[in-house]
Amino acid sequence: MSLKRISPDDVRHVALLSRLRLAEEEIPPYTDVLNSILEYFAKLNELDTSSVSPTSHSIEMRNVFREDIPQPSLPVDKAIANAPEVEDNYFRVPKIIQEM
Amino acid sequence: MEFEPVIGMEAHAELATKTKVFCGCSTAFGAAPNTQVCPVCLGLPGALPVLNKTAFEYVIRTAIALNCTITEKTVFDRKNYYYPDLPKNYQISQNYACIGYNGWIEINVNGEKKQVGMDNVHLEEDAGKNLHPETGGAESLVDLNRAGIALMEIVSRPDMHSADDALAYMETLKNLLQYLEVSDCKMQEGRLRFEVNISMRRKGEQKLGARAEIKNLNSMRTALKCIEYEIKRQTDILSNGGKLNQETRLWDEASFCTRAMRSKEQAQDYRYFPDPDLVEVHIMPEWQEKIRRQIPELKDAKLARFIADYGLPEYDADILTSSKPLATYFEQCQKFHNNPKSISNWIMTELLRELKCREMEPDDCPVTPRHLACMIKMIDEKTISGKIGKQVFSEMLTTGKMPDVIVMESGMSQILDEKEISAIVEKIISENQDTVESIRAGRDKAMAFLVGQIMRATRGKANPQLVNQILKDKISIK
Repeated sequence: MSLKRISPDDVRHVALLSRLRLAEEEIPPYTDVLNSILEYFAKLNELDTSSVSPTSHSIEMRNVFREDIPQPSLPVDKAIANAPEVEDNYFRVPKIIQEM
Repeated sequence: MEFEPVIGMEAHAELATKTKVFCGCSTAFGAAPNTQVCPVCLGLPGALPVLNKTAFEYVIRTAIALNCTITEKTVFDRKNYYYPDLPKNYQISQNYACIGYNGWIEINVNGEKKQVGMDNVHLEEDAGKNLHPETGGAESLVDLNRAGIALMEIVSRPDMHSADDALAYMETLKNLLQYLEVSDCKMQEGRLRFEVNISMRRKGEQKLGARAEIKNLNSMRTALKCIEYEIKRQTDILSNGGKLNQETRLWDEASFCTRAMRSKEQAQDYRYFPDPDLVEVHIMPEWQEKIRRQIPELKDAKLARFIADYGLPEYDADILTSSKPLATYFEQCQKFHNNPKSISNWIMTELLRELKCREMEPDDCPVTPRHLACMIKMIDEKTISGKIGKQVFSEMLTTGKMPDVIVMESGMSQILDEKEISAIVEKIISENQDTVESIRAGRDKAMAFLVGQIMRATRGKANPQLVNQILKDKISIK
């Protein structure tokens, strides 16, 4: 099976999705690295999995639940302790602009 | 060229569970910011989600009621995107194996029955809330109390073709969810939200046009306005030979129109994959059957029972069961005071009028079933007249005081004492000798004038039957 190669544009797209700011000269090395990772995993293609049904999980466990009974939450000062910025017990973040 | 709209809807309902979907934090509305959060819903490293069984069963219950095929093996997936109200940078949702597929619901559009197909019903988690301070500024504030609340998404097929269809669909769905007791559906608190997908096509054509997906609709009225706006906008563009793009638009309440989001924000690449923190849920037939048997009494059954048990006319029973909270309100009143028809009359007139103009749910009304039942009891016991009852009702509405307290404080009790009424009648007769003479001469209509004078003198408190009787006696005796 021939392997689809990762292009520099794929790297730019993945960087955008991951919110990573890559300099233009970083694109070629990352393209090479990601391609070599993909080639390594391509080894799995050598296995015959035609008789194995797809799974979503590595362990054979199912129907794990908790009952709908309230448990104590964190005290608010602990909840916001790691926030870089706080205002009136809210997390303060740069404004998100949604519209044009 | 004639165009017809093709409308599909996505409904998001917060489930009425006590705790969030993957952790034990409370879901109570209106708590102080970030007081109902824990490592799981804050997305702290190492915290693991555990599924709320009740939430999952509520979605199965809904999927059954929407005539869906129930999936045997369901899975939770991660939907990846960045937004400050989403602490884990992914939302746990269902993409590859939703709980229910291929259902339908019947709607009634101005007397005509139609079916709207359901694509799927699935369970996910709600996001937090972003506040954008009015003062402007470069910051937003985030409250994560809502993050992780169980959210059910119901995706319809594009089977609606007018604003009326869409309204009937929204009302029918809300009603059903309330009857199923899976969500209180309070839209004003954001617990039921709709998104509209709308496109236009030439009449008779099967192919769908490019659709606009519209977010930010916080009430049914807004959704309707938005649909009407989009039908016009898209028709105008197409009629002038223009082309439409598939896009996400936001409803702008201030300028009453929809606006396109920036294309960069529309670049959706959610990279769904099964969440390794959660295991499969298998819905066995026995479990499904157990949930089916737990479905509460729905509208039709309740309507029949209201007619049979309370002897109500079908018209009354139909209105009282038009929503679950209203039906519950009626039955609670009935528990406090047994007079179904009178309770029904007060609900259908005074209560419904006030609820409608305040856009309020029955259980948020300051006039509780206890208030109303107690007041009707006072009327039945002749402590107050029906007319005074209306004053008491509006007083209860503004002050929330119990009716007996209101009547006592403002001296509204009905005058039942014959001597007291007689004295007033005599006074009015002596002041209106001319009228009395004309009545004796055969002008019966003038009686009403005298009764009016007497009621005014007693500020409406005299018992009308007694007044009539005493007045007649006095006039003919003299």
